Amino acid sequence: MEQDRIRNFAIIAHIDHGKSTLADRILELTGALSAREMREQVLDSMELERERGITIKAQAVRVLWRGHELNLIDTPGHVDFTYEVARSLQACEGALLLVDAAQGIQAQTLANAYLALEGNLDIVPVVNKIDLPQADPDGAAAELAELLGEDRGRVLRISAKTGAGVADVLDAIVERIPSPAGDPGAAARALVFDSSYDQYRGVVAFVRVVDGRFEPREPLSAMAERTEFEAEELGFMSPARQPVTSLGAGEVGYVITGLKDVSRLRVGDTLTSQRRAALQPLPGYQDVKPMVFAGIFPTDSDEYPELRDALEKLKLSDASLSYEPETSQALGFGFRCGFLGLLHMEIVRERLEREFDLDLLITAPNVAYRATTRAGEVVEVHNPAEMPHELETVEEPYVKASVIVPKDYVGAIMELANERRGSFDHLEYLSEERVLLSYELPLGEIVLDFYDQLKSRTRGYASFDYDLAGFRPGDLARVDILVGGEQVDALSLVVHRDAAYDRGRQLVERLRQEIPRQMFDVPVQAAIGSRVIARETIKARRKDVLAKCYGGDITRKRKLLEKQKKGKKRMKQVGGVEVPQEAFLAVLNLDAERRR
Amino acid sequence: MGAVRHLYVHLPFCAHRCGYCDFVTVVGRGDRHGAYVDALLAELELEREQLADPLETVFLGGGTPTFTDPDALARLLAALPNRGELTAEANPETVTPELAALLRAGGVNRISLGAQSFRPHLLSVLERSAGPDDVRRALRTLRDAGFDNVSLDLLYGIPRQSPADLEADLADALALAPEHLSCYELEAKPGTRFTHAHGAALARQAEAMEGYFEQVVDTLTTAGYRWYETANFCLPPERAGGRDLRARHNLGYWTGRDYLGLGIGAVSTVAGARRRNTPRLAAYLAALGAGAAPPRELEELDPATKALERLLLGLRLDEPLPLAPVEAVVDRAAAERLARGGLVELSATGGRERLRLTRRGRFLGGGVTAELVR
Repeated sequence: MEQDRIRNFAIIAHIDHGKSTLADRILELTGALSAREMREQVLDSMELERERGITIKAQAVRVLWRGHELNLIDTPGHVDFTYEVARSLQACEGALLLVDAAQGIQAQTLANAYLALEGNLDIVPVVNKIDLPQADPDGAAAELAELLGEDRGRVLRISAKTGAGVADVLDAIVERIPSPAGDPGAAARALVFDSSYDQYRGVVAFVRVVDGRFEPREPLSAMAERTEFEAEELGFMSPARQPVTSLGAGEVGYVITGLKDVSRLRVGDTLTSQRRAALQPLPGYQDVKPMVFAGIFPTDSDEYPELRDALEKLKLSDASLSYEPETSQALGFGFRCGFLGLLHMEIVRERLEREFDLDLLITAPNVAYRATTRAGEVVEVHNPAEMPHELETVEEPYVKASVIVPKDYVGAIMELANERRGSFDHLEYLSEERVLLSYELPLGEIVLDFYDQLKSRTRGYASFDYDLAGFRPGDLARVDILVGGEQVDALSLVVHRDAAYDRGRQLVERLRQEIPRQMFDVPVQAAIGSRVIARETIKARRKDVLAKCYGGDITRKRKLLEKQKKGKKRMKQVGGVEVPQEAFLAVLNLDAERRR
Repeated sequence: MGAVRHLYVHLPFCAHRCGYCDFVTVVGRGDRHGAYVDALLAELELEREQLADPLETVFLGGGTPTFTDPDALARLLAALPNRGELTAEANPETVTPELAALLRAGGVNRISLGAQSFRPHLLSVLERSAGPDDVRRALRTLRDAGFDNVSLDLLYGIPRQSPADLEADLADALALAPEHLSCYELEAKPGTRFTHAHGAALARQAEAMEGYFEQVVDTLTTAGYRWYETANFCLPPERAGGRDLRARHNLGYWTGRDYLGLGIGAVSTVAGARRRNTPRLAAYLAALGAGAAPPRELEELDPATKALERLLLGLRLDEPLPLAPVEAVVDRAAAERLARGGLVELSATGGRERLRLTRRGRFLGGGVTAELVR
């Protein structure tokens, strides 16, 4: 296809505003899939995505419309994945900005719109769900026009569900979004904007060709990693793989690399031909810095190698995931993983458990801290148990949070933000009814249960987004949990000093309930440094022996003893105390409950 | 002549099966008592060459041995091999002067009387047919017949049993001055009628009753009894005319001796092999009627298993266990840790190391043993 007949675009929207439904309708209308072939929401191919109804992984699908080749690059729709959205947008010249006619602009609508504008994309505003009885297409169109400085009449009005107006959307893509620039005669360069792993064919790279032309069987190299390989197959998604004989400038497609080692091809790298290598790589992606951390351990320590392999594979399709080995006295060998946010963490956990069939223990999440020791040394701490005790200052990451709510809930938001050490920045009326509140908050206050509190205190009406706003000093304390006088590294936490006592009490109380009584009294303590702030005692058992044992009972008694012994092997020893895995799980779940 | 010095004979018949019981029992079938004793004697003949002569002990357990048809019972007693201690289990309501005389005449010299409790409301929870007065009367009858070695069985941890109930039961039992007491915590064994009816209540009150075992041990040791096995107490020699009143038969089990069991469900352990007879009366009678051994389950005991059993049984006793025979299964570091914690005592005399549980260790015997095992 000639370059001027190619259009590369993304759909960006707040969660549940109908992005995937529109994608489905586009596939159907362009004949890429017949209605009969159409599974609902084809692009959300991962089981988890389908279940949660959200898009996590970006994918690219090619369709044909009135003599043009349209490449739809799907984007994730959640606050944690801003980074992936930005990455996908880098492969596009334009974007559809989709807004629910009943809900109007929401927090992620804004965030995504700003990302697209920063990337110099042409935006086609679309109001969706006009068929809903409570729809207010005029109101939503007005908000969109205001946001983009567009004429209201240029805002499209559609129902992705019924298909009404979808053809106009396709026409608008052709008319309003520019064709890709790029030099077809230059040395070939393609941006790797995503990748996946095929267990038979190795790493599959999703690329946007910028200059030149790529052909199958051609020796290629990835410029940043200096990885060399031969393109086993080139093609595009339709939405199944369609091999082609070449991919030219402006086109979007896939490259089957045959690489088995996932670390050798990174998203953001530039592919070029070895025969005529480009001199300059394309601007890659900024390395994203994870801000939320948690330890992930296999429940069964024998599964450590499986966990390592699984993380490696996951990392291939999730460039924002980071991990490094961690050893915990209490939980054994595992990894300290860095995530973009809480949802990201939940998704990684669920993918590890479902796709790789692993049983995992996950510690309470914490943020990254920047600590300055009395000696003046600055360390970044990702694990509360590693926070030095003798500190001059500790800084924690802050975010600039935007919350959009109906005006009746402004009080509730202010109250919540105050509880979470937020400082008010500004308030803005988006319309007569809806208000945008802006706060600065410590990220550490968000990773626990902020989002749920927000939802429950506004009966689900609030939408929320945040941007990192740098590190600031905080009055933070490291709280350690001791069982039998010995620190349980996996349970250490860093909290604001005012909350330390409550959190310490809760953990200690929960552990007392969960750790079975032992043969000795076992103290369970929460401490800041050497100062104990909460204490419970697990009273020793007074009796643990079976009364009867005669000739006919011996085998049964022996088997009981063997079973008991086997059970002990599954326990973790902390301070001479046998702690069942379940106890850690329960304590960690306490945190998960708070988050939910 | 064989080497087995201990013989167990199972008499399964009962008037009624108590709800908590999970022994092999047969209710009624008065017509089969004679045939069953015939079968027992046939099985005895098949095994006789394994038995030492004389035996140290014979134990008639049940079931309710004293519920067995008197003629059949007398025939069995008359045919038993020579032995030292001969114990019979008895239920209070079955003990009549005639029965006592029959047992005496048959050579029984020790009686284990199933009292269980002296509180009527608890006896009815247990579905026992004897009342408190039946127990007292039975003991008098036995004494009158000349029995000078009687053990009482007591149960504690019965649903709705208060600490005062237990105190009263112990006092009532002590008032009868038995030579020996066996005190068992009531176990809700899976599948019994009792567990179905009371399991939830037992689980609820488990914590409240946690101190009952201590209360039993404190009361009986204060009264001068020797706590010689986890659940067993006896008068010391100085209060028993120099006699050692420990149950010799059961000591055989606890010290790892071989024993032979006859009858349905009976277990034998001989020369590293354990076997269990069929619990089914018909199958047992049919096999022995045809002159064959009854159907049996077999279990080979390898040396490590034997050592493990030796340890688990030996630690139930108040006398130190020589370490050498069980050394292979003992985790030395754990033993030392437990010794530091005051649960285990390690001693050495004449180069022979011994191991025993401290008083507190004995209350936690199950957990301590599991800890000790390598």
